Amino acid sequence: MASIEELTRIASQVRRDIIRMVTAAKSGHPGGSMSSADLLTALYFGVMEHDPATWTRDGKGQDVFILSAGHLAPVYYSLLARSGYFPVHELATLRKFGSRLQGHPSVETGVPGIFQASGSLGQGLSAAAGFALGKKMDGDGHIVYVLLGDGECEEGQVWEGAMFCAHHRTDNLIAIVDWNGQQIDGRIDDIAGVGDLAAKWKAFGWDVLECDGHDFSSILPAYDTARSMLGQGRPVVILMRTDMGRGVDFMAGTNEWHGKATNTEQCEKALSQLEETLGDY
Amino acid sequence: MKEYTNTGNKDTRSGFGAGLLEAGRQDSSIVAMAADLAGSVKMSAFAKEFPDRFFQCGIAEANMIGVAAGLAITGKTVFAGSFAEFVTGRVYDQIRQEVAYGNTNVKICASHAGITLGEDGATHQTMEDIALMRALPGMVVINPCDYNQTKAATIAAAKYVGPVYLRFGRPSVPNFTPEDRQFEIGKAIIMNEGSDVSIFATGHLVWEALQACSILEDKGVSAEVIDIATIKPLDTEAVLASVARTGAAVTAEEHNTAGGLGELICATLAAGHPAPVEIVSGGDRFGQSGTPSELMSAYGLDAAHIAEAALKAISRK
Repeated sequence: MASIEELTRIASQVRRDIIRMVTAAKSGHPGGSMSSADLLTALYFGVMEHDPATWTRDGKGQDVFILSAGHLAPVYYSLLARSGYFPVHELATLRKFGSRLQGHPSVETGVPGIFQASGSLGQGLSAAAGFALGKKMDGDGHIVYVLLGDGECEEGQVWEGAMFCAHHRTDNLIAIVDWNGQQIDGRIDDIAGVGDLAAKWKAFGWDVLECDGHDFSSILPAYDTARSMLGQGRPVVILMRTDMGRGVDFMAGTNEWHGKATNTEQCEKALSQLEETLGDY
Repeated sequence: MKEYTNTGNKDTRSGFGAGLLEAGRQDSSIVAMAADLAGSVKMSAFAKEFPDRFFQCGIAEANMIGVAAGLAITGKTVFAGSFAEFVTGRVYDQIRQEVAYGNTNVKICASHAGITLGEDGATHQTMEDIALMRALPGMVVINPCDYNQTKAATIAAAKYVGPVYLRFGRPSVPNFTPEDRQFEIGKAIIMNEGSDVSIFATGHLVWEALQACSILEDKGVSAEVIDIATIKPLDTEAVLASVARTGAAVTAEEHNTAGGLGELICATLAAGHPAPVEIVSGGDRFGQSGTPSELMSAYGLDAAHIAEAALKAISRK
């Protein structure tokens, strides 16, 4: 398990990957990828039990991660590559014709590490619930993690899934909400406010934790606490407070970069703020 | 013509229920899911015998499709069922992403399909579901004609690995296909050989097509009746070979024209063996309340209309 110092270094490289990937693709969603870079780096390098060498899509014998907010593909691909699921140089193919790295995650193209396609929002929690039930039926004690965006919580199916998990006691499932307060058209509070997320999840029968989604000394204990709460009949959600575009000054705290790529000049400026720690692809 | 005996009216949904139970006894990886209509969809026997392999989702079909996909990825064969409208139109995007594009081993089990759902009226009657499911790459679409065939098709769907749309209905209808016949996905079944016209029928309309065949025989017309139990993949070879012999075709389905069997046969013949085609379908309209037989008659989905269409197709040769 990586130390906080190592996680910080990995996350810096992941952010570089994100910026370089969307710049090369001339499209993509860097904002949410940057806001979830730390919490996912912690998950892949500090929390989950997973092994790229023995990975299979059925997830047997390993922890499972489902990306519900499929537009966070850049951060997802970077972490999969940096974890060893596929060669890092493949990141250069994001969104290109013939690439395995589709604009949103696909299983059709056979990317190791990806359990389910996503992109149409609000569906990942349901798939994760199915995965969690399957693991229980198989007597597999591993954990299913799922990441949702906070804007995504506007989708009704999220709450269908939340009710289902509580009713069917999927206490081997941890949901994470990338709580950055932004969506593509603006601030969530200005678009279609999701209100008191913590109260909502509680009311749906979940145990709710909150943490600072950019501080590893807050993220790691939150994951630890969440895991310690499993097996008691209730699913757990961690609301992780984040900033969209975190890590680059001109991208942070705004929805402007939700679905827009940096150009070459902006890319250089952004990269000057992100240390190259593991070597660019 | 070949004789078919109705061994007693039965609903095709009960054929599904019997098939699910039998498949479940043969294969412990089979899981069933309902969205509050387990009784109507005839999953209760499975749920009672295998409570640990049955998941009630409540009135939340979108979530059910997603959970079904997740379970399937872990290695289960998942049968997720509700009324046809609520497991197609209502959740098209969920099926598209989680089941079809996700290529998961989920069987979408659609009961109460078509207007024979009856008295509930148009909100519950789908005449568009075949079009929706046919449009999805990789989706197998099965629309069996009676109790025995629905039971056999359910068992075949359980053995097939991949997304399947299995369509069946509510009312009691003639049960006339052999009890012991295995269902072969993608295979059209020649019910009666004939030389003047090919009648391609699916679902509840197969029995009507056989009655039409008898009406036509009385008029000296020899009709070939083919049961298109699998709409996708279509048995193109059988369709082309039949029309090569007869030179005219009629299609019959409890579904609207857009995206249905009729358009599929037209496209197939246009590319492979151009011939006159008459489509017997619901046309382009919604259903309404009534008894199944009242509605089938009002929408022209019966033997008399099929026979009439056959004569018209022959006259256009």
